[in-house]
Amino acid sequence: MSRRALEHIASEIGADVVETSDELGDASVTVRPSALHRTLEFCRDDPRLRCDLLLDVIGVDYPDRAERFDVIYSMRSLSTGERVRVKTRVADGEPVSTASDLWNSANWAEREVYDLYGVPFSDHPDLRRILTHHEFKGHALRKDYPIEKGQMCYVPEKLLTDEEIRFGPQLYGRTMDRSDAVVEEEEISSDYLTVNLGPSHPATHGALRIEALLDGETIIHSKSEIGYLHRCFEKESEDHTWQQIIPYTDRLNYVSALTNNVGYVLAVEKMMAIEVPERCQTIRVLVAELGRIMDHLVCVGTNLVDIGALTNFWYFFNAREHLYTVVERMCGERLTTSYTRIGGLYRDLYEGFEDELRHSLGKVEEAIGEVTALVQRNRIFMDRAVGIGAISQEDAINWGWTGPCLRATGVDYDVRKASPYGGYETYDFDIPVGENGDVYDRVLCRIEEMYQSIGIVNQAMDRLKPGPIFSEDRRVTMPPKDEVYNSIEGMMNHFKLVFEGIQVPAGEGYGFSEGANGELGFFIVSDGSGNPYRIKVRPPCFPIFSSFTELVKGHMVSDAIATLGGLNIIAGELDR
Amino acid sequence: MHETLSNLPLLSGLPAQVLVVLAMVSAGGIILGCIAVGGMFFIWSERKVAGYIQSRYGPMYVGGWHGVLQSLADGVKLLLKEDIWPEKADKPLWRMAPLLVFLGAFLSFVVLPFGPNFVGANLDIGLFYVMATSSLVVMGVISAGWGSNNKWALYGALRGAAQVISYEIPLGLALLPVVMSTGSLNLGTIIQAQAGWIHNWHLLNPLFFVSFWIYVISSLAEVNRVPFDLPETESELVSGYHTEYTGMKFAFFFLGEYADMFVVSAIGVTVFLGGWYSGIPALDVPALFPLIFILKSFFLVFVQIWLRWTLPRLRVDQLMYVCWKVFIPIALANLLLYGVIRTVLS
Repeated sequence: MSRRALEHIASEIGADVVETSDELGDASVTVRPSALHRTLEFCRDDPRLRCDLLLDVIGVDYPDRAERFDVIYSMRSLSTGERVRVKTRVADGEPVSTASDLWNSANWAEREVYDLYGVPFSDHPDLRRILTHHEFKGHALRKDYPIEKGQMCYVPEKLLTDEEIRFGPQLYGRTMDRSDAVVEEEEISSDYLTVNLGPSHPATHGALRIEALLDGETIIHSKSEIGYLHRCFEKESEDHTWQQIIPYTDRLNYVSALTNNVGYVLAVEKMMAIEVPERCQTIRVLVAELGRIMDHLVCVGTNLVDIGALTNFWYFFNAREHLYTVVERMCGERLTTSYTRIGGLYRDLYEGFEDELRHSLGKVEEAIGEVTALVQRNRIFMDRAVGIGAISQEDAINWGWTGPCLRATGVDYDVRKASPYGGYETYDFDIPVGENGDVYDRVLCRIEEMYQSIGIVNQAMDRLKPGPIFSEDRRVTMPPKDEVYNSIEGMMNHFKLVFEGIQVPAGEGYGFSEGANGELGFFIVSDGSGNPYRIKVRPPCFPIFSSFTELVKGHMVSDAIATLGGLNIIAGELDR
Repeated sequence: MHETLSNLPLLSGLPAQVLVVLAMVSAGGIILGCIAVGGMFFIWSERKVAGYIQSRYGPMYVGGWHGVLQSLADGVKLLLKEDIWPEKADKPLWRMAPLLVFLGAFLSFVVLPFGPNFVGANLDIGLFYVMATSSLVVMGVISAGWGSNNKWALYGALRGAAQVISYEIPLGLALLPVVMSTGSLNLGTIIQAQAGWIHNWHLLNPLFFVSFWIYVISSLAEVNRVPFDLPETESELVSGYHTEYTGMKFAFFFLGEYADMFVVSAIGVTVFLGGWYSGIPALDVPALFPLIFILKSFFLVFVQIWLRWTLPRLRVDQLMYVCWKVFIPIALANLLLYGVIRTVLS
């Protein structure tokens, strides 16, 4: 299928295509910078491709090349299921034409490439740094930026310009009729109040900042800032071996660390074409769904707290505590699990795991039942949630939304069904979808998803059979001890795996799975050494949060808080 | 009261003016003690009830039995805390605010009828007086919000002012039919109209029953409790009007809120739930009156706590909608209906 897509693109773009590849089944086409915008537009609009979802924009640095940077647009079609990557090569300082007029999601994604690589995008509406501080010098992900070099930055960025604040009424219109008020020219700005929602605010918990222009309590214009939790995950990855990156993936989405662990190893295994044993696969599905349940418990619980319903949070956290007890016994950790390994798992399940898990899942079901009874038909909750933060299907796709937030608008895109991995095609489950894409639908979608995940976990437990949990592949798996002690090959194998780590063959690939928040992707470039050359995470909540300021425009502050809770923004993966 | 004091052998020689001052101070002290101890008890019970509702324990250690002295320990902690001043605060207003909030509750306690002869001041305009003093709270809220020089606090104050002033209307309108029926604003007289068996309670009169619910819900808004806790809304306005307060000043807001909860509950009990009467004539011995009154008020306080841990909160425009478009029309219609029925029947 990917080959056909490449042929379509090649025939349309013609001589400007530099190279095509379908390595690992990922269609990838390299075009000249001048043809980039045309190619992207073709991929989006051509009826055979219809790549309506721009997943990510990725930069890669090759300092030895004249055209130093790769800029890669990764797309997926929701109707044809096609995945295409369009790549272009540019020299240092050479501008790339922006795609933010084609997809809204390109806006922030391109800002990230600009921030971390210094690739300028021509005609970009808002080309500012995004993950690093605005006073930061240099571009952190360039290969010549020393990994240990820190910088102290002090002055906070002013998000709203003086002009925006002063001429707010003319720029954004008024929400209330003030025609009878006598307003002096000098006093216009006094109608509006700017407030900083965050980072030191209970609803943004130190990780997000939104500067809003308020008319009464209505938000008429706002801008958001992220990066407070940026800790150079991608730069750090380039300095570690492949296995050493697993603990970092816990800290991307610390609410569903298990799901992230699984996502990362799947991507690396795709690069190495490794098959894991059936028991390992089943356990991975099981823990990934546990991660999803725990994530949704936290998200729905805290969303309800933001709306003022405090007790639901405790019902959910009690249930989550039961699950955490099982997880803790399973891998020794609660939050940062690091349970998977490339080619297998850290260790097998413990004796009595199934009984304890079934008991815990019973508690979870009980909690979901209690919370549903408290909120589902609650008039106050419905008044606060129905129609709030609503988004249409087209807009959600244009902003690059995936996961429960997208499904709440009625699009049934779920990676587990659309392109099954790890044996998901053999499980019986449904994809709950909403209708209006508002806070209410998001909450109910997540609640239903938890029931579906419990179903999957139960099915996985039923099919657990004794067997190995590690692949037989000696490139990733330690040889048995008697081989190490008794044969030179075994010992060499052991030595090389310990000292040099896993050797992923040179190449690039994109591994994806359904994270708790949406499509979690790992774009990997390997140069065949023991360390990754480039790992780019596609965090599901990055595009979702980029649309936040649009989502709350014209809503009240209380609605903005309710919306923010429903989007489930996890700063760990947002800022990386 | 100063006459009672002059009968005491130790004080008999003192001039009357001194005795009056002494009497006022001691009466004030008693009320202050009641509020402090009562407030602490409510804070403790709020935490225990919340714990029970949320399947956890709440305070368990301080004071031995179920953390009964937890509030005292918290009070001591708040007393010892550093008093932090926002540099750009409007100091006089900022300092006055907690006192105003507390004063509102304090003054209302004066007229609460714990028993026929167990009342601080038996005013003929008792009900009117309570409505007036409880409005003082909003002055405190506004001065706190304005004086803090903090945008979130200001938003909290504005919400608080709009809310309390709006909800005073249905609150007052809900009480009026009862006043028409008893023909008095004196709290004692209103209670005496409900003497005898339980069916004499105003609650069981269908029209007063409507009033009662309007009163209970509006009183939640009056004391800023969930689902009407918009002036505080931790998740939206950081901490609302008392964002900038620490230590004892914060404690005064806190104590004032819980004292207010008791005041509105006590007025509810007085007007609708038979006050100090138990509803069974055989049990109505004067010694039990204060106990019955306090138990009934505790029950209404419990209802407030219970609702807080059950319901989400409304948005500010929905809050106003409920007040102006639902409660006020119902309360007015109810008042009119009662007036018509009363006129026809007489």
